[in-house]
Amino acid sequence: MAVSHLQCKECKAQYPLEALYVCEQCFGPLEVAYDHSGISLDVGELRRRIQGGPQNIWRYADFLPLAGGPPGPSGRLASRVGLPAGCTPLIRADRLAERLGLREVWVKNDAANPTHSFKDRVVSVAVTRARELGFETIACASTGNLANSVAAHGAALGMDSYVFIPANLEEQKILATGIYGTKLVGVDGSYDDVNRLCTELCAERDWAFVNINLRPYYAEGSKTLAFEIAEQLGWELPDRCVVPVASGSLFTKIARGFEEWTELGLIEGKAPRMNGAQAEGCSPVASAYADGHDVCRPVKPDTIAKSLAIGNPADGPYALDLARRTGGGVDAVSDDEIRAGIKLLAETTGVFTETAGGVTTAVLAKLAARGDIDPDERVVLVITGDGLKTLDAVRDSFETYKIGASVESFENTVPEAVAV
Amino acid sequence: MAVLVKIPTQLRAAAEGAAETEVSGETVAEALNGLYERYGELRERIANEDGSLRRFVNVYLAGEDIRFLDGLATPVPDGAELTILPAVAGG
Repeated sequence: MAVSHLQCKECKAQYPLEALYVCEQCFGPLEVAYDHSGISLDVGELRRRIQGGPQNIWRYADFLPLAGGPPGPSGRLASRVGLPAGCTPLIRADRLAERLGLREVWVKNDAANPTHSFKDRVVSVAVTRARELGFETIACASTGNLANSVAAHGAALGMDSYVFIPANLEEQKILATGIYGTKLVGVDGSYDDVNRLCTELCAERDWAFVNINLRPYYAEGSKTLAFEIAEQLGWELPDRCVVPVASGSLFTKIARGFEEWTELGLIEGKAPRMNGAQAEGCSPVASAYADGHDVCRPVKPDTIAKSLAIGNPADGPYALDLARRTGGGVDAVSDDEIRAGIKLLAETTGVFTETAGGVTTAVLAKLAARGDIDPDERVVLVITGDGLKTLDAVRDSFETYKIGASVESFENTVPEAVAV
Repeated sequence: MAVLVKIPTQLRAAAEGAAETEVSGETVAEALNGLYERYGELRERIANEDGSLRRFVNVYLAGEDIRFLDGLATPVPDGAELTILPAVAGG
């Protein structure tokens, strides 16, 4: 395997491939480093190898931080191990594009994962690495989607799990976590409080907190979204990606995925412009972007987009740098715009997304209205979670006809449907 | 004012293995200076040359991020608990 070591993103100090996430020298984040010198440089062969892999993220095992390769007795059987994620649809969204005055828009529907969000990608990688490292218990601090995924992966693999969430999370996300038999802990506080608590707990326990001590491995899972988009576009790059930003990890790792494959010659062309999407009620990255700052000032979140409600984003500085470097940006939208975004996506594509997807769609609409997107661009909208997770956001957003069980009652109530 | 400073695992090697230590100070900055005086190596690990905190260091006073209070100038009551943690977790 090509995985080589952990390296500090700031001072480049190197560490072994263990459950470490912070540089002891400068406190910077650690990241997985690879040595791809052993990989075939024949692009055709490399592509065929990927295409011959399983219909899940393990087809990209060469680019993921596992020492032992994909889980399972063989790559072909990997889909029988754990809860395989990925290979979600990339849908050409012509009706959405038309509505926004754009030419080519694609929707990457990551709600089509086992627990209905992109988090299954990162958790699959983190949990597989946790098993390689000998951990028996997995855990996380979550805004909801991660909670669903960690609980389900624990169940699928027979591992104990502890899931910490803000106690005021959407009921759907709480129910869709507890059912897997995890130890669910509702914390009286915000996500940032939960995260601080878990960082303290992590230090004293022999648990794999997927997004704390396993975070370098976990974050790598998000690269598979870029790999899939490129593969599904016929080994081509999009011109622009619109991606939700909470901690900034997904946003930066999608770009890293495109970069890694471009370096290897698997795809060619200019790096896509990266546009980050936040809710106004929690927009530390969008505010720093607008103000020209290179670090984020933490905020206390107040938004219906709870899955994005991270007031103190760990990868904020890197997200800002990426948006500026690629000619993209980071924008924020109001709760009303988020609801309108959910409706717009549903009405034009048949994809029902949760509030985070409403944020992303609303930001795309904003960019289009502002004239920021050249009509010739190929744009990918990354939809990270399912609308069934945040039903309150759409409650009372439409009316239902109420009739008696007779033709007469139907035709009286719905006159435009009278048979002629 | 006596303040209990909790030291994260990643910094304990530079603090003779201590998980916590009691220092005195009227503000967060004074308490941290007390910490640096005891364990000299900690200063460059968590602070910039001008004394401000490095960008991946979070400091909490009784569980609240000091950036929501008065930053390094935040007064610390007697018996308060100051927690230093890495900022690179979560998400």
